[in-house]
Amino acid sequence: MSGGLTSLSFPKNAHAALANPPLLKAIAHIEETLVSGRRRATEALPEFEALRDAGRDIKAHTLAHLDLYLEAFERKVMEAGGFVHWAADAADANRIILDICQKAGARRVTKGKSMITEEVGLNAYLQANGIAPVETDLGEYIIQLRGETPSHIIAPAVHVNKEQVAADFRRVHTDLDPKRNLEEPTSLLAEARGVLRESFLSADVGITGANFLVAETGSTVIVTNEGNGDLTQILPKTHIVLASIEKVVPTLEDVATIMRLLARSATGQEMSVYTTFSTGPRRPGDPDGPEAFHVVLLDNGRSAMLGSEFEDMLRCIRCGACINHCPVYRSIGGHAYGSVYPGPMGSVLTPSLQGLEKSAHLANASTLCGRCESVCPMRIPLPKMLRHWREKEFERHLTPKKARFGLAAWRFLATRPRLYGLATRFGAWGLARLAGRDGALRQVPLAGGWTRWRDLPAPEGGTFRTEWAKRGRK
Amino acid sequence: MSSRDAILGRIRRSLGVSDSDATRPAAVRHRLAETPVNVVPARGQLPDAERIDLFVRKVGEVFATVVRLEGRDDIPAAVAAYLRDRNLPQAIRRGDDPRLADLPWEREAQLAVATGPSEGRDLVGLSHADAGVAETGTVVLTSGPDNPTTLNFLPDHHIVVVDASTVAGDYETVWADLRRRFGAGLMPRTVNLVTGPSRSADIEETLLLGAHGPRSLHILVVG
Repeated sequence: MSGGLTSLSFPKNAHAALANPPLLKAIAHIEETLVSGRRRATEALPEFEALRDAGRDIKAHTLAHLDLYLEAFERKVMEAGGFVHWAADAADANRIILDICQKAGARRVTKGKSMITEEVGLNAYLQANGIAPVETDLGEYIIQLRGETPSHIIAPAVHVNKEQVAADFRRVHTDLDPKRNLEEPTSLLAEARGVLRESFLSADVGITGANFLVAETGSTVIVTNEGNGDLTQILPKTHIVLASIEKVVPTLEDVATIMRLLARSATGQEMSVYTTFSTGPRRPGDPDGPEAFHVVLLDNGRSAMLGSEFEDMLRCIRCGACINHCPVYRSIGGHAYGSVYPGPMGSVLTPSLQGLEKSAHLANASTLCGRCESVCPMRIPLPKMLRHWREKEFERHLTPKKARFGLAAWRFLATRPRLYGLATRFGAWGLARLAGRDGALRQVPLAGGWTRWRDLPAPEGGTFRTEWAKRGRK
Repeated sequence: MSSRDAILGRIRRSLGVSDSDATRPAAVRHRLAETPVNVVPARGQLPDAERIDLFVRKVGEVFATVVRLEGRDDIPAAVAAYLRDRNLPQAIRRGDDPRLADLPWEREAQLAVATGPSEGRDLVGLSHADAGVAETGTVVLTSGPDNPTTLNFLPDHHIVVVDASTVAGDYETVWADLRRRFGAGLMPRTVNLVTGPSRSADIEETLLLGAHGPRSLHILVVG
């Protein structure tokens, strides 16, 4: 990523996002497209819940045998004539990929959409070493022109409107007629198609990620809608796949099961347009396809998540459903998180990959409403894991002083039931007195963060405990 | 220590497993050899005629067009008709696959048929699918000496022939067929599952057809 992590400025970022009407308008589309699309698609498949169970079980089994499935996958790739490289961290992965590009004498590199290359910061690294990679997914291409990072894992340019895209195209595509009409999304798409065709046909190396690695066959699988990933991997002489270790699944049957969950959860499609299995380089007699096939397997902190309270996160298939359904993401968009992966899945994953010290705010960027878990195709208990991070944040004294003081004061009261009862009764009485005639509080001492944006309803009657005592267990 | 050994070692330490545990490799060998089937939707589990009807309906739902033909010999005329209907030049490119090469192309005197991979200058590509999947209206294309993958992605229009007898209810049936033809654990270099024409919703979440791959997908179901 070009901007670097800014998760520590999350509160400031979120405030800025809330004061950015074009951004809020752009992300509002998510409701009528991705959210309603998912609902329609899942309701149309009676087996969807059973598939979620099966998907979870496949990943749980695979993670429990991850070392063995990776070895099996590696063996099959090599049998098919491909190469497998192991990268312990981002620096390893970048070095390996640059080395392959340099040995192939590459000057032009195309890229399919890949969050993992964002995670390792591949574009910046290649650029610093004299290779300019071209993003070919339309959304990725747009944000590359803008010098931005993706604000969503499947809709990277969801924060950009069409007028901004038109302005960027005019700025960069200077050899085209300046008077051309770029008002409609169709003309923008046609222009990008024309410009990127040249890149596809002249690339020396194509780099993609992978949605799956199949241990049974040594295949890497990409799932796309545009076809750019396929043009990236079949046209250049060298195809490099960068994939993290938890992408491996045992068999084709297991791919089929998760495929049925992926597109429905992501975009509401029953199946993405292109699901492509690549196994080794081109075979004798093949008229096209890459002559060299490399898979780079990236760990980057994942092996340490196994056996920990965050292991379940390794089941994630990057569909983005948790992001689309998150009320926090939907209020501020993806950039405010300041991390490569936004939304609930990002808030769980980022501290694991980058360290809690650099991302302590993220676990608090959630209301713990539970919508993310309820739509997660792999049944990942995201709220539970966000709570784990909050606990660790407190244990490591990363919580702000004011909040620590508040928590300590609450603990003092909560462990003294009589005092707690007295304090809450006094508090309820006091707040009721402070309220206006409409029963709403516009200002509350120590709660300015709440009342700045909305009124607090004043307590009516007694506290929960006094009511409970009064009514008994009837 | 190599990165490989370091990563595998860390995984084993995190999982708390040792090399001497023989049950784990046995479980992995078993799953890879037996390839157990998980949950398969009932949707595609239909008698032949209804399954093909479902395939045709699903193909339509994903913005592809579809025509049913009685026999293989009808393919050249159907291709020529497609080109005429869309005001396209009478020219296509296809692979050397005998299922396409052995058709009566001479009946369409106006139609220029080129063969081999595409270099990006062809308006229309013609391919033969290995199978269809009724569940989602998907066609399955495999690469090989006679079946260039570039034809599936570079031309503006992609015409795909599917033999009705190869339309399966689900993906699992297709996997079983691939194993029978290529061997257990072996795959052709490229297997493309294609469901509709290329599309993008990257500009304001507006669905547009024809992003980088074919702008239209036309399927000929034979038999």
